[in-house]
Amino acid sequence: METKLITDTNEIKFEIDKLNLYYSSFQALKEIDMTIYGNKITALIGPSGCGKSTFLRTLNRMNDLIPGVTIDGTIQFDEQDIYGTGYDIIELRKKVGMVFQKPNPFPKTIYENVVYGPKIHGEKDRSHLDHIVERTLKEVALWEEVKDRLHKPALGLSGGQQQRLCIARCLAVEPEVILMDEPTSALDPVATSKIEGLLEELAEKYTIVIVTHNMQQAGRVSDFTSFFLNGKVIETDKTEVIFSNPANKKTEDYITGRFG
Amino acid sequence: MNHIKHESRKYLKKIKTSKNFMFYGGTGILAAITLAALIIIVGYILVNGLTHINFEFLTQEPKRMGKEGGIFSVIIGTLMVTGVGILIATPIGIAAAIYFTEYAKNGKWVTIIRFFTEILAGIPSIIFGLFGFAFFVIFLGMGWSVISGGLTLALMVLPTLIRATEESLKTVPMAYREGSLSLGATRWQTIVKVIIPCCKPGILTGLILGIGRAIGETAAVMLTVGGSLRIPTSIFDSTRTMSVHLYVLAAEGLSQEKTYATAALLIIIVLLINTTANLISSRLGGNYGN
Amino acid sequence: MKTYEKVIEKIILISAVVSTISVALITVFIFQSGLPVLAEYGVLDFIFGTTWSPTNGSYGILPLIAGTLTVTLGALVIGVPTGIACAIFLAEILPKKWAKAFKSAIELLAGIPSVVYGFFGLVVIVPAIRNYILPVYQIFDPDVSATGFSILAGAVILAIMILPTIVSISENSITAVPREFKEASLALGANKMETIMKVLIPAAGSGILSSIILGMGRAIGETMAVLLITGNMAKVPGSIMDPVATLTGTIAMEMGYASPTHQQALFAVGIILFVIIMLLNIIAQFSMRGLGGKTS
Repeated sequence: METKLITDTNEIKFEIDKLNLYYSSFQALKEIDMTIYGNKITALIGPSGCGKSTFLRTLNRMNDLIPGVTIDGTIQFDEQDIYGTGYDIIELRKKVGMVFQKPNPFPKTIYENVVYGPKIHGEKDRSHLDHIVERTLKEVALWEEVKDRLHKPALGLSGGQQQRLCIARCLAVEPEVILMDEPTSALDPVATSKIEGLLEELAEKYTIVIVTHNMQQAGRVSDFTSFFLNGKVIETDKTEVIFSNPANKKTEDYITGRFG
Repeated sequence: MNHIKHESRKYLKKIKTSKNFMFYGGTGILAAITLAALIIIVGYILVNGLTHINFEFLTQEPKRMGKEGGIFSVIIGTLMVTGVGILIATPIGIAAAIYFTEYAKNGKWVTIIRFFTEILAGIPSIIFGLFGFAFFVIFLGMGWSVISGGLTLALMVLPTLIRATEESLKTVPMAYREGSLSLGATRWQTIVKVIIPCCKPGILTGLILGIGRAIGETAAVMLTVGGSLRIPTSIFDSTRTMSVHLYVLAAEGLSQEKTYATAALLIIIVLLINTTANLISSRLGGNYGN
Repeated sequence: MKTYEKVIEKIILISAVVSTISVALITVFIFQSGLPVLAEYGVLDFIFGTTWSPTNGSYGILPLIAGTLTVTLGALVIGVPTGIACAIFLAEILPKKWAKAFKSAIELLAGIPSVVYGFFGLVVIVPAIRNYILPVYQIFDPDVSATGFSILAGAVILAIMILPTIVSISENSITAVPREFKEASLALGANKMETIMKVLIPAAGSGILSSIILGMGRAIGETMAVLLITGNMAKVPGSIMDPVATLTGTIAMEMGYASPTHQQALFAVGIILFVIIMLLNIIAQFSMRGLGGKTS
């Protein structure tokens, strides 16, 4: 059960319609309907194992990597069904980037990590690449910290820095949407708050969908929130509504900490 | 009555203790014998052979069927045959390993292919020699030559290369693949730009172990490369490798000195190769952790 | 871009199939070259014939089978108990640091080419047998062959050659036994020796068994070492001092100067060898996986 919202911004990035997902015979997502709005931060909350990460990964077709996964229903990105035949997955992943729960920079230098994306998409101009590195590292507030060691290994950075690097790496391919799968759950509070601070700035240019275990984080940071439970979307609405006046009792129970 | 019980218990304990002693002593002695046997073999040959390895030995060509002179042409022959073998086996081995870990994962066909790769690894060298003779030398008409031997050796070291590369590929964390793919890279781009660079030490180790195996190979080479003592000028020439030369010298008893020297040289090379492989794999392998 | 990826995928697939194709090719060519002789001579006559004399047209390989069998058996008799004992010592008795170094040393030495082992056998073991063991043996059997080139020599050297295989795999199997088994046994009051013999070894059983089978395979397939030290006499042996010829050695030695029919016969020997080894490998594969053995 959910409410379809009409807001003033109205740009729709993703339209998800009756989405079902099966890991072989186990059904992980059940009849999901959702709308993701542009330049907004949408938070997906719910207890462990309820399907939020699985759902997130359908948006950039990362579930294709798992053998035995079947999907029915439609996901429309910019009004095109991304699971339709002949749809260009590479283009999709360029436009829909992802940041993972555990920071995963490549075992290369900081510089090489950031330019990885642009380079595989054909960018060769050295000065242009340098510019991309500076721009994206500044966007994630990492530039001052690493500008003098761009050619040192990325794995030498702290956890929080590595995650910001991963965000920069993601921004380097100029996506429209950034999917974040519990991006701060592996980080300490200081690093977490730095990244949360980033999110508002990023939302001005990008659409963000963030899975989080941390309800306070969802409440602080997002414009819209969807509550998942056992593979279903129980309720989705503006964040203020979900957190202060949820329509569904299960939502209220989760928010107030009665379970999960 | 109690006295008898007590005495018998003491006696049983003594038996048990001596049983224990025999056990610990026995396994210890046998373990020592195992190590000693191997060390004695290596040591004996090195002691008797090192003195005869000198500059002339390494740079002069064999004279009078190997009775005098050096083993220069044999060294060249070894380098060429082993070189050809590794050159052919490496790309195929790496590609096959990539297939198993990155493309096919599981499924009926993969199990079958893997099964055959294991079988290939278990075929004795004389059978490879027979095959190399029947197929490369005769059927394809390449004659006794570097290329016939090289191709045969390539098949023999292929399983080693596949295994080493596979092991290496498996240690690359899934997170790297996900990171790359989520940025819009294709599978092949991910393999070439992220995964293989991580695996260089493992692949190198496999390569070096393959070289070690190829250099020591005798039976298969004997039947496919011939035994010419002239320096080969092309890959279609016949030649002789060090292990074959050692066999000929030993079997025909031409010169004690040269035989010991050849054996010692062979041992040194193989030990160097294997030690290098171990060093690489332990020093550089698998350092992705934070 | 898409087509490029597809082409690459095809090339990689072909590479993966090379090993399968090779096994098929090998089987085909060996059989093709050797089957005519088998058909003409008769398989049973070939396998059970007691005279191997190619120059006279006799292609009975029983002496060769006997040679391979006796040398291999001898190697196992010497090598298996030694190897397992060594494995036990390394896995459970020696302190970890030393055990690691010991194991590395053994594995390093395992890379020594077989022709080198054969050479050592030639210059040390054969004379030793001739000078020290034969005199004693001759007391009981004055007619015994007195050259030293013998089953015994082959067995000793082959045993040394297969030791690393047996030690390595057996040690891995013993170490892989879950710690809980050992702890349970010790907690029940058994001492270390009893724990090893009654709990660990049986648990590691299938791994140890496959190490033996692999060692056996290596011994059967060994060519150069036996060529140099077993005397290459194609006669069914009467004692361990007798020289023998093995299936492998015979192929290697006679191929160089064989007439076409003789060559075919050698290929036929290869067929028999191939079949034996294949059976052994398949058994080893199943014993490693089927019995739930834990080996690396």
